[in-house]
Amino acid sequence: MNGILAPLVTGIAQGSMIALIALGYSMVYGVLKLINFAHSEIFMMGSFFGLFALQHFAGLNPVLATALAMILAMFGTSLLGITVERFAYRPLRGRGKSSLLRITPLVTALGASVFLQNLAQLLFTARQRPYPRLFAQTRPLIFATAVVVMIALELVVKRTWFGKAMRALSTNEEAARLMGIRTSRVIGITFAIGSSLAALGAILYCLDQGDAYPTMGVGIGTRAFVAAVLGGIGSIPGAMLGGLLLGVLGELVKFSGFEGSVDIPVFIVLIAVLLVRPAGLLGSTRAEKV
Amino acid sequence: MFSRSISLVLLSAVGLVACNSSKKTDGAGAAGSNEIVVGAYLSLSGGEATFGSDTRAGIDLALEETNAKGGVKGKKVRVIYEDDKSKSEEASNKVRQLIDREKVVALLGEVASSRSEAGGIIAQGKQVPMLTPSSTGVTVTKGKDFVFRACFTDEQQGAVAAQFVAQKLGKKKAGILFAADDDYSAGLAKTFQAHFKKYGGTVVEKGFQKDETNFTTYLQGLKKESPEVIFAPVYYSAMGKIARDAKREGIPGSMFIGSDGWDSPDLLEAVKGGELEGAYLTDLYAADAPYENAKSFVTAFTTKYKRDPNSLSAQGYDAANMLFAAIERAPEVTPLAIKTALAATKDFAGATGKITVDANRNVNKPVVIVQIKAGKFTYHSELLAE
Repeated sequence: MNGILAPLVTGIAQGSMIALIALGYSMVYGVLKLINFAHSEIFMMGSFFGLFALQHFAGLNPVLATALAMILAMFGTSLLGITVERFAYRPLRGRGKSSLLRITPLVTALGASVFLQNLAQLLFTARQRPYPRLFAQTRPLIFATAVVVMIALELVVKRTWFGKAMRALSTNEEAARLMGIRTSRVIGITFAIGSSLAALGAILYCLDQGDAYPTMGVGIGTRAFVAAVLGGIGSIPGAMLGGLLLGVLGELVKFSGFEGSVDIPVFIVLIAVLLVRPAGLLGSTRAEKV
Repeated sequence: MFSRSISLVLLSAVGLVACNSSKKTDGAGAAGSNEIVVGAYLSLSGGEATFGSDTRAGIDLALEETNAKGGVKGKKVRVIYEDDKSKSEEASNKVRQLIDREKVVALLGEVASSRSEAGGIIAQGKQVPMLTPSSTGVTVTKGKDFVFRACFTDEQQGAVAAQFVAQKLGKKKAGILFAADDDYSAGLAKTFQAHFKKYGGTVVEKGFQKDETNFTTYLQGLKKESPEVIFAPVYYSAMGKIARDAKREGIPGSMFIGSDGWDSPDLLEAVKGGELEGAYLTDLYAADAPYENAKSFVTAFTTKYKRDPNSLSAQGYDAANMLFAAIERAPEVTPLAIKTALAATKDFAGATGKITVDANRNVNKPVVIVQIKAGKFTYHSELLAE
């Protein structure tokens, strides 16, 4: 492939990966108005879980092994996500003065992130562990997965009872609880879904281009967070759009003569978009978010 | 904002840990005690963690041998290790801590030039001699009369790489792929380019950011210019990913020329599918190099660690021995006397060849050319910078 097409294709794959992680940020923000900084560490844990599972299933057919690793890693990170929510966020929910309502969980989120990073360093050491190369081509798979996941999520949120509960919770938590919605359970499931998507993204990312190591979440986590904000945090198609935009933009910069400064145009675009549309590209300024 | 707040939190956490650990060791390094305390700051975790731990293995071996022979000046030598987490700002902190709190008389470290630079500034300011085992960055020792090195410089390494590619391989057009925001990588790329042009070659270059993981677009850009070789002076962690993306783009591994940043078992592990088969790299050392002391070092190392040493372990070993020899020669165990003794190092017979410190506190050693053959680093030849 020649010319501009090749970086576009790479950018779409790169962007889909960012989008998968951005979905997790977006969902949690949509429901709780909480920026879950620990999400990038859930991603990192997901890649370790996936790696261990892949090593365990080394003898199997690569497709089967990957599928099993994905299921196990997704299960592992959901548990982890629920645990983080249960112990770091839930005890603080609704406590404190109104001015601190947002700040306190933000700080615990940062704390949880640092904790998980150091825990991983302790458990798995700081070594970068290369992933096995199972497939020659992973990028079409990444794009397809991201699209399927996004559509499925959108359907869940818009068409199911659980989605309705999420949306109700997002609009007004207290009112939702008074209407008989078990808010804690809905929040827990939201974390579980977001975290399992992080594991899915992690395995795809690592199979394509990564090693697993404890600080790996920071770089891609920041990008995913930016993608979520760019697309409109709280919006599911927005996360996808933001991710794709970020990915394609990054590759186009590499393609141009300004390689080595990928982040500059990306962040200029972010600021420009936010100046014109403070809620992001697809974000609504009203409370109806998820 | 994200990473900044993270590092703030991390920093304070590190501070707390540091406070705790200091209580245990406090006073041990005081003058008049019956041991000589040397500090070593290394990347024992983070991006270049194997560099730190491999260097440490070499230092530990030298330390063990020296203490078994009765130590230096009849005193036991102790090395205090500090982990800078592969970060420059941590390197400064750790050097400050080793000097102020542990009262070390001399320092060993770092591997990465950017961190040796950061640590060297502090060591120079506090007038404590520092010997870097394997930082090849040109500016590391520049203008700092307390900072020494036991390896060649990137000036020499880049010149030899260009000489090798242009004259031994007879190539005329080279692509360069380097980390634009890393001193080591960008410095080597620049030197290589200057020398390669001197030999009549042309270059196309692509710089990336060192934490990037996707190199497809860069490689496609280079491939379009159809270079004969691609010089990639990057660290092993990035090189594994570059090699993988290169394979996808149909660029053969033998087209790549690397530098000593490649020298890690982790790279061999990452490219065991043959992605870099036949590639050459300029290196500090090869385990199968025909030097006098290389063999005895390899034997001692494999006995102790049950694995082959790499260049970082060899450099760590040589640097530690070079420092211990200087302390032995120094009239008294003070930073100033050790500095003077280090500067007078002449024909020190190390595992990586003969080491003589020049007036700029650098050493001119031949650069070893290593080839990746059957998934292993193998000695190919050696070249002295012209």
